[in-house]
Amino acid sequence: MKRIEAVNDFVIKFANVNGTGSASANNMFAKALFRMGLPVSPKNIFPSNIQGLPTWFEVRVNEKGFLGRRGGIDMMVCMNPQSMAKDIKELESGGYFLYDSSKPLDLRLLRSDVTFIGIPLRDLCRREFSDPRQQQLFRNVVYVGALAALLDIEFDVLTGLVADQFQGKEKLITSNVRALELGYHYAAENIDCPLGIRVERRDAVGDAILIDGNTASALGAIYGGASVAAWYPITPSTSVVDGFDKYCKRLRIDPASGNKNYAIVQAEDELAAIGMVIGASWNGARAFTATSGPGISLMSEFLGLAYFAEIPCVLINVQRAGPSTGMPTRTQQSDVMACAYASHGDTKHVLLFPATAQECFSMTAEAFDLAEELQTPVIVMSDLDLGMNDSMSPPLSWDDQREYRRGKVYSGEQLEAMSERFGRYLDTDGDGIPYRTYPGAHPEKGAFFTRGTSRDEYAVYTEDSAQYELNMQRLLKKWQTASTKVPKAEECNASGAADVGVIYYGTSHEAAREAVDSLSRAGIAVDTLRLKAFPFDDGVAAFIDSHKQLFIIEQNRDAQMRSLIVNECLVSPRRLVPILNYGGMPITARQIESDICRHLDENKVQPLRAAKETV
Amino acid sequence: MTYLRPSFRHPEQPINELGFTRKDYEGALSTLCAGCGHDSISAAIVQACFELSIAPHKVAKLSGIGCSSKTPTYFLGNSHGFNSVHGRMPSVATGANLANRDLIYVGVSGDGDSASIGMGQFTHAVRRNVNMMYVVENNGCYGLTKGQDSATADVGSASKKGEPNPFEAIDLASIALQLGASFVARSFSGDREQLVPLIKAAISHRGFAFIDVISPCVTFNNNPASTKGYEYVRDHLAATGTVDYVPFKQEISTSYAEGESKAVTLHDGSVVQLRKADPELDLNSRRSALRLIKDYRAKEQILTGLLYMDEDSQDLHEIIGTSKTPLQALTEAELCPGQKVLDKLNDSLR
Repeated sequence: MKRIEAVNDFVIKFANVNGTGSASANNMFAKALFRMGLPVSPKNIFPSNIQGLPTWFEVRVNEKGFLGRRGGIDMMVCMNPQSMAKDIKELESGGYFLYDSSKPLDLRLLRSDVTFIGIPLRDLCRREFSDPRQQQLFRNVVYVGALAALLDIEFDVLTGLVADQFQGKEKLITSNVRALELGYHYAAENIDCPLGIRVERRDAVGDAILIDGNTASALGAIYGGASVAAWYPITPSTSVVDGFDKYCKRLRIDPASGNKNYAIVQAEDELAAIGMVIGASWNGARAFTATSGPGISLMSEFLGLAYFAEIPCVLINVQRAGPSTGMPTRTQQSDVMACAYASHGDTKHVLLFPATAQECFSMTAEAFDLAEELQTPVIVMSDLDLGMNDSMSPPLSWDDQREYRRGKVYSGEQLEAMSERFGRYLDTDGDGIPYRTYPGAHPEKGAFFTRGTSRDEYAVYTEDSAQYELNMQRLLKKWQTASTKVPKAEECNASGAADVGVIYYGTSHEAAREAVDSLSRAGIAVDTLRLKAFPFDDGVAAFIDSHKQLFIIEQNRDAQMRSLIVNECLVSPRRLVPILNYGGMPITARQIESDICRHLDENKVQPLRAAKETV
Repeated sequence: MTYLRPSFRHPEQPINELGFTRKDYEGALSTLCAGCGHDSISAAIVQACFELSIAPHKVAKLSGIGCSSKTPTYFLGNSHGFNSVHGRMPSVATGANLANRDLIYVGVSGDGDSASIGMGQFTHAVRRNVNMMYVVENNGCYGLTKGQDSATADVGSASKKGEPNPFEAIDLASIALQLGASFVARSFSGDREQLVPLIKAAISHRGFAFIDVISPCVTFNNNPASTKGYEYVRDHLAATGTVDYVPFKQEISTSYAEGESKAVTLHDGSVVQLRKADPELDLNSRRSALRLIKDYRAKEQILTGLLYMDEDSQDLHEIIGTSKTPLQALTEAELCPGQKVLDKLNDSLR
């Protein structure tokens, strides 16, 4: 049997039962590698359930820094008999299977091309700990200890993590370290360590941090000046508001009075959540909500109002697998169309597509500037993969010189100085964006009536066709202005001229980057364009025009972004070959690479076949 | 109705403490049907705000969709208004209130807007005790779509179309009482004497002040078989008593015997004095109000007037502990923690 041999480049997957405390042990494992200077990307694959169902934790180690899913599993840590048969099947040939040998393994499951490693986790814990709950919990810590021996993880790093996690709780530190030692010693004494796959300390993470996208978005909202959050709990967005709450309690309490410089309201439903955000934004506060697909459906009516009445608001949409309730704990990028054109009538909404946790932070903060400058909803299109998994990210940074861009708002003083009549929907400077006023700004000037009905430039109700069309045209002009203000798509060119162009966005970033690297090493030059926002800037159409063969990578069934590009850039759909992944798991580099190769190969033979037929 | 509003005003028309005339509180010309109860309510709001000497720009008026929700255009023309979407005014008002606690919030809704499509939002605004006046202009029908029964139409009541309503009516005042509204009243658009002081008290009250105003739809629901028509309402009206609203610093000139009246001092120092018509009413007891509503209903009477108030309740801001400075007035320095804090945070994430 040829075992997999690799240093700092493998995928390990933990198969657990949810509700057994495995998450913190698995996180400790991932963070230990990170602290050894190794890029890691942990991914939690969990059920929509609280206790008793299978849950997995997949960690990729890659010293080159590719953080997307690679595809395939090199080592499985099996703690769940329910999923064992499937877990064994999933292993790569030459892989390693660690299991609890307190019970004999079902011999029918054995694979001759896999190394089985038995550690009597249950028995070790029973001997060491008397409390049944501890016996259960520490089983997870024991396997982390065993992995330290099996994979050459520095033991000091693990004990350091335990000390950090349980600061001030000496008893817990002692028992956790004891559990780590149990596993470590058992493996060191009974198994040939290290395995063919192992880690070595490197300096490959620089000053990076490990953070999940939802926490980063929450911090982005705080730094972006949000003072009102209204929301309705929905997986996978809940931790955005949890994070906002947690950090506001640290950073937004007025020291003198103890009062909150923020408000969080858990609304009765998503309709009310977005209504509150709109009310608060209308009244001059920066406000946001966090939601997921079903919430977007419910908020759509209000999004139309905010678009038409021109009220800024920020939404963080942490996408999950739809349609309907779909797979609430699996990832997708399937709300692109629903968000881009949310609501009835002619509407379009500004979307931002973060690809990293750092961008969750920066784009959420930026969303508040854009929403107020453009006086329209801005939706940050995160997803479950990005939002709920820790990922390695450059440190968060904030330019202290930066000032919030509050957009066109007449102050009381400006209104006082005005001799002409204030027109809420009057385009005074040709960019399609009118001036607004906050309630209470001036005793006699600046009041207007906000409405979802058609109105003239002075916000007075009208059913006059000409006035209506004038307003709709101005909204289009504003849309044009928006395309110059949103983050530009990021182009990354191969050395030398490439015929092949790949377009992608959001969390396909890491896997796409890796696939393109791999293709270039195979002699296929590829240029890439990462979309960061909708409306598209001019660079998108230019990129399409300048490439013969184009691919678009998406994590949905219907190639929704392709439809958006076809619609907005007037491109023939034939020009864009979709590479799609929509099973709920993040897309892998291997899939992208093989899909591109297959298509290129097929295209090479096609003309020949056509020629034969004509003969 | 006339499309011309006379611009002539009496040279000695009264001005209030802020120097405003009544006209400064008026809005655009109403486009509702002539005789619509809603216009009387708008007029009562104008009168109350004028007499309370409220700075018009310190009021935000909000509504949903429907005939009633159109009315904020017809009063307080110098105030910001927000005509939101159907049944969703409570959430918009809640958000607006969160952003700026210093303004006065006047919400106007209808029975379709609040008792059907917006029932959920209405009930949750009540239980959060959002500091606002919430007026439902209740005509028992959908006027703007030509007279369908609404959820507040009484069983057996028939609109102009003639078919008696077979479904149980929702009584919004009772629901508000049950869900914890801190001020609940009912009135009749045709009784301005009663309505104006109730509006003044509701505006001055801190917390969710609900007024259910029976407001006949002259076009679709004013026929003899309707229990929301002028004739029926006038014939079946009863009142908890007479409300006097006495502004802060003004002396209370009338005195009544103990038990006959109840005086409540509000947070702004003004006093609401109720001369009781029914000695059974205990203004601080929800149970008393709920029972009386039922009792009068059993006698086929509509009980109007002030039903309940809790002058010491905590509004949403007090419940969640937000800053006294309106959130919308916080400066960037107060909102943004800066790079130094991020440095520490980054360190904790390695």
